Amino acid sequence: MSLLEFTGNGIYCPAAGVYLDPWKPVPKALISHGHSDHASFGHGSYLCTTSAAPVIKHRLNLSGNIQTADYNKPVSINGVEFSFHPAGHIPGSAQIRVAYKGEVWVFSGDYKLENDGISEPFEPQKCNVFITESTFGLPVYKWKPQREVFDDINQWWRKNQAAGKVTILAGYALGKSQRILRNVDPSIGKIFVHGAVDSLTQLLRNQHLELPSTTYVTSEMKKKDFEGALVLCPPSAIGSLWLRKFDPYSLGIASGWMGLRGARRRRGADRGFVLSDHADWTGLNNAVKATEAAKVFVTHGYSDIFARWLSDQGIEAKAVKTQFEGELGEIAESGIDESKAEAA
Amino acid sequence: MNEFALLFTNLDQTTKTLDKIDALVEYFESASDRDKLWAIAILSHRRPRRTVSASLLGAWASELSGLPMWLFEESYHVVGDLAETITLVLPPSSEKSDETLTYWIEFIRALEPLDVEAKKNRILEAWLRLEPTERFVFNKLITGSFRVGVSQSLMVKALAKHARVKENIIAHRLMGNWSPIDDSYDHLILSEEIRDTSRPYPFYLAYALDEEVESLGDPQEWQAEWKWDGIRGQVIVRDRNLFVWSRGEELVTDKYPEYRIFLDLLEDGTVLDGEILPFSNNQPLPFSLLQTRIGRKKLTQKILHEVPVAFIAYDILEYNGIDIRESKLSERRNRLEEICMRQEATALKISPLVAFDSWQGLRQERSRAREFFSEGIMLKRKDSIYRDGRRRGDWWKWKIDPFTVDAVMIYAMSGHGRRANLYTDYTFAVWNGEQLVPFTKAYSGLTDDEIREVDRWIRQNTIEKFGPVRSVKPELVFEIAFEGIAKSTRHKSGIALRFPRINRWRKDKAIREANTLDDLKTLLHANF
Repeated sequence: MSLLEFTGNGIYCPAAGVYLDPWKPVPKALISHGHSDHASFGHGSYLCTTSAAPVIKHRLNLSGNIQTADYNKPVSINGVEFSFHPAGHIPGSAQIRVAYKGEVWVFSGDYKLENDGISEPFEPQKCNVFITESTFGLPVYKWKPQREVFDDINQWWRKNQAAGKVTILAGYALGKSQRILRNVDPSIGKIFVHGAVDSLTQLLRNQHLELPSTTYVTSEMKKKDFEGALVLCPPSAIGSLWLRKFDPYSLGIASGWMGLRGARRRRGADRGFVLSDHADWTGLNNAVKATEAAKVFVTHGYSDIFARWLSDQGIEAKAVKTQFEGELGEIAESGIDESKAEAA
Repeated sequence: MNEFALLFTNLDQTTKTLDKIDALVEYFESASDRDKLWAIAILSHRRPRRTVSASLLGAWASELSGLPMWLFEESYHVVGDLAETITLVLPPSSEKSDETLTYWIEFIRALEPLDVEAKKNRILEAWLRLEPTERFVFNKLITGSFRVGVSQSLMVKALAKHARVKENIIAHRLMGNWSPIDDSYDHLILSEEIRDTSRPYPFYLAYALDEEVESLGDPQEWQAEWKWDGIRGQVIVRDRNLFVWSRGEELVTDKYPEYRIFLDLLEDGTVLDGEILPFSNNQPLPFSLLQTRIGRKKLTQKILHEVPVAFIAYDILEYNGIDIRESKLSERRNRLEEICMRQEATALKISPLVAFDSWQGLRQERSRAREFFSEGIMLKRKDSIYRDGRRRGDWWKWKIDPFTVDAVMIYAMSGHGRRANLYTDYTFAVWNGEQLVPFTKAYSGLTDDEIREVDRWIRQNTIEKFGPVRSVKPELVFEIAFEGIAKSTRHKSGIALRFPRINRWRKDKAIREANTLDDLKTLLHANF
């Protein structure tokens, strides 16, 4: 019997009788973070990090059946030791470490190595077996330091302002939008947010995340209210009537998928900013090395390719099918389906 | 190349025509004449000759980036563009280059005589001296033409604005046989003198009629002809030389020896617009026959005998060395009739007019189009001038409804460019007994939303992967439309379609309801 098993409901720990990020309803679930392909409805009880809990409660409308644990504080379930460790993906996101009779497994959830200024920075965990995501597990995905990306975003915003255009930047409502707020230069102009972004931003502000002030876009507002402003919205707003009120505007998308020209052009945006909350090729490789794991399971993303690459490097690696994100193309079309798009 | 890379970025970052024109004008204002001329050439798909093969470039990039070849290839499948894949996998550059576009093009041209090892050294050196966008542009210069959403007419607009010369004049000057290697910006764009006697006129292209034909108004004002299914061409006789151009601005004189007689039939200073058509016994042959001839390097007596070609003339653009595009169609038509009817020649025919008094009458004629081996009707306003490019208003194509067949998707492949990383290229099958036989591929016809939906379905219903191709569960049925059907020995199904595309997704149909190979073969016999 393995310490963790890949089942039709999700990743299962038979010794403890709990699931990690299950996608079908189960009695007991440990949740890595609040994106909806990882935190799903209908479980008997939930356990997550203290800082991830407010968002998860809000999104899943939970009241009593959720417990929390601080990072690095082990919780014992049927003699199996579970602990959450920062994954650097979004605020509150965690890798889940599972230790039992001297054997250690780590499930990465979603992660990135760069400190984004809002998420608890990634901390590598040594383990025997590592379960890693591979959303951007191809050598064509290499991120620039976020400072450079934000310099580009600031410059674009200023240029739009000078040209009399509103700046609209689409990015996922949870995590990406707050990362943009935290790192963009708020002295350039006013910042407005779409309703989906607003509620999550408020929740994170309540957790003492310091962000520049924002205004929620309401239907009463007039065109001139938005002059020179930056508007943050989820990708689902692209192509909707909601955008019309900002005309003339320049539309940007912040996503790792924007690293490819084809994806950039397909979305019909004016600008694509390569900004991801997932590890890039270099990040994934460094993370795997840092675990010193003898065996690696590769989940959602370019799992077959990344597993084969790791095997070439002498690491025993295997691709496994999960329902996190389904497959890459769906995420590449982020914004079509919110629930599928979020982690990008 | 920084300036050209910046132009590329600016063009790539906007979908708006006016912004693109501004970006081009801005570039033209600051670039040197040499660079300008190369930029014009590249954007009108006149890139320098390929001096290094794509497979060598891939192998070197994979080596320099320390990646196994299989991983490079997987990356290429996802990215869908070789130049971009190379740009992305390579380590960052170690130096900066401030050389010009012309410098790098000469650099690429100078590779030609070198041996493989020397080429490799030069290329690796270049890669490590160029910034990502410059690197991408450099790779594109070697591997293929740019697609940055700059059409010929858009570039013409920008150039006209920059050079302060009228658009139609610029459009004409950019036609035909010129190369930045032996031409200059001043000569090509600014000079009145036409040194190149082979230079064709820009083709006037018709839009498809998308409204009821009655919307065109008084039928008396319109001339109707059959729409021919061949290759659009321009025949030029000047200074006792014959030139034949295809619409793709390719000089194809040598491919049609039948046309040599035009030197006897036409006087110097004559330019005809028409259709290159396989033609025998006073009637057109299926286009598929012409296809068997186009690809050949050497024309044998046999093929000349089996697929003879005629030129069906429908307009005259130059007469006695004078550009007459500004005169009325009715006047040009008179001239054309005069010239073509002067003598009988099997290789030169005039496109006959279709007589009609009312739109309803023309509708009737159109329904007989297939009897005349035609795709429908062309409508041209009698008092219209010959314009350039695709423009609405004076010329319309009014095609007959295509054939359709319901087929099952069995393979899918990811697309390139804008469609990279998305399954957009499908192979379809029809029933042959209990078996599904593939009979055509089709790429276009679905909306973006449908493409995404189908893409998602494909990923969830893959049976097997072979590189970029996936076989999928036979479940989805599509209506495929096509213009013609012909026998083929190259296809397993024994048939080949003309212009196949997806008409609609038949979500209401089960795979059992798809058509059969016999259904298609019936069309084959009915058709030709």
